[in-house]
Amino acid sequence: MSAAQDGNDFDPRTASYLDSIEVVEVQRGPEPGGLGGAYRAFGETLRGLKTTMARLIEGPLTIEYPEEKTPVYPRFRGRHKLHKFEDTGLEKCVGCSLCAAACPADCIRVVAAENIPGDRVSAGERYAAVYEINLSRCIFCGYCEIACPFDAITMGHDYEMADYDRRDLIFTKEMLLAEPVERTPLKSEGE
Amino acid sequence: MLPLADTQFAEATWIMVVKSIVIFAVVFGILPILTVVERKLIGRFQHRYGPNRVGPYGLLQPLADVGKLISKESFRPENATQTLFILGPLLPVLAGVLSLAIIPWGDVQGGVGFYGIDVPIGILYFFAVGSIAFYGLLLGGWSSGSKYSLLGAMRSAAQLISYEVSMGLALLGVVMMSGSLSLVSIVHSQGEMWFIVPQIVGFVIFMLAGFAETNRTPFDMPEADAELVQGFMTEYGGMRFGSFLLVEYMEILVVSGIAAAMFLGGWMGPGPSFLDPIWMLVKMLALVFLFIWVRATLPRLRYDQLMTLGWKVLLPLATLNVLVTAILVVVL
Repeated sequence: MSAAQDGNDFDPRTASYLDSIEVVEVQRGPEPGGLGGAYRAFGETLRGLKTTMARLIEGPLTIEYPEEKTPVYPRFRGRHKLHKFEDTGLEKCVGCSLCAAACPADCIRVVAAENIPGDRVSAGERYAAVYEINLSRCIFCGYCEIACPFDAITMGHDYEMADYDRRDLIFTKEMLLAEPVERTPLKSEGE
Repeated sequence: MLPLADTQFAEATWIMVVKSIVIFAVVFGILPILTVVERKLIGRFQHRYGPNRVGPYGLLQPLADVGKLISKESFRPENATQTLFILGPLLPVLAGVLSLAIIPWGDVQGGVGFYGIDVPIGILYFFAVGSIAFYGLLLGGWSSGSKYSLLGAMRSAAQLISYEVSMGLALLGVVMMSGSLSLVSIVHSQGEMWFIVPQIVGFVIFMLAGFAETNRTPFDMPEADAELVQGFMTEYGGMRFGSFLLVEYMEILVVSGIAAAMFLGGWMGPGPSFLDPIWMLVKMLALVFLFIWVRATLPRLRYDQLMTLGWKVLLPLATLNVLVTAILVVVL
C-alpha cells in the first residue's frame, strides 16, 4: 500500500499520480466465434435493422438550403444596415467616424461633410458624404454597432453576400441605407 | 410419379414472343426506377432525402445517370484482352435476362401461362444461368490487365464457391416438400401454407446467399468501392460500367423473384386471378426493400468472415435443414 492511500502522511514528492487514479476494469464482450457468437451476431444484425428502420420512420432532417433557410437568432450579426429617422427622414449617421475607428478590420471608410441649412441630410451638424463598408474585409464583429452613438448602423440578419467580383462587395451608403430584402428567417421563441 | 412441369402444354409462337417482350418491358421499366428508389430509400434511412433534383421527386435521375454514362468514352486499357474485355459486361446481362424467363408471374389463364417458360428443371436452370453471370465478372476482371481488377475477380471467385453450395441446399428443402423442380408446380403446392413457414431456415440461408450472389452489402467484397475501387470494374467506363450496375439490380430482382416464388407463395394472394402478377410484384418488391434495408444497415464483411459464414455456419445449417426436411417428408 502506498503512502497516498493511507491519507495521513501524504508526501507529494514521492506520490505517483497513478495512486490517485481509480482503475476501472475494462468491460469486455464475450469471445467472438462459435455458436454463441453467431447467435449474437444475428441478434445484433436485427438490432441494427431496427435502428435504421427507426431512422426511416423519423423522416429526413435536411434543410433544402436555397429554397429553405436555416433560421437565425435575433442577435445574429449579418450584413450592416444604415438607418434614417422615421419621422423626419433624416439620416441618423452624423459622420463621426467612430465606427471606422472601432473597426478591427479597418473596412469602414467615412468622409464627413457639413450640413447645409435648408438641405439637411442628417440630424446633426455634419453628415457622411461617403460611407463605405468593404464586406470582403468585414469580420462581422459588430463593434461598429456598439461604437455608434446614434444607433445609425446596426447589423442585419442577411448572410448571403457572395458575389462574382470583389469590387461589388464594397457597399456604398445608398446600398446600406436601402431597405434590404430581408431573406433570412428568424428563429421563433424557444427554437 | 413426380409432378413434373407440364411438358404437354404448348403455346403458339407469337404468344411466346409477346410474353418475352412484355416481361422484358416490365423488368427494364422497373430497373431504372429501382436505382432511384434505392438511392432515395438509403437517403431516408440516413435522415436525408436522396436525389430529388432531376424531374418531379427526382424520378428522372436514372435518365440523367444513363445519359451521362453513355456520353462517356468507352475506355479500354492498352494491355487488356479486347474480346474478353468487351464480353465481360455482356455475359452477366445475358445471364440476368435468361433468368427472368423462369420467374412465374401467374398461373395459366386463358391458355397463356403468365411466365416466360416453365422449364421442368426450374431451379437448376436458375443456378446454371446464374453461374454464367460470374464468368462475366471473372473475365472482366482478368482481361482488364490490371492488378486491382484481377484481385476483385479473385475475390468474386472465392465468394462464389463459399455460398453457392449452401444456396442450392437451402432450396433443396423446398424442392423436397413440393416434389418438383418446376417453379410453377412449387407455387401450386403452396396453396395451403407458404414454404417460408416450414422452411424458414432455408429462406434465411437463401437470402443470405442471395446477398452474396448479387454482390450486395454486406457481401459486396468483389466491388468494395471503398478499398478495391469497384474491384473487377475498375478499368471499365461508360455504359460498360453501367451494364455491370444494371446487372446488379437485375440480379436483385431475379433473386427476389425466385425467393418470392419458392418461399412466399409466388402469385398467390387474395382477389381475382388477374391480380396474380401484381401480388408477385408486390412480394418481389418487398424482398427488394429488404435488400436495400440491409444495405443501409450492415457494414461490409471481411473476406475471411464471408468464408467462415459460408462454410462453417450456412453449409452445416443448410445440410441439417435438408436432412430434417427429408426425414419429415418421408415420415409424414
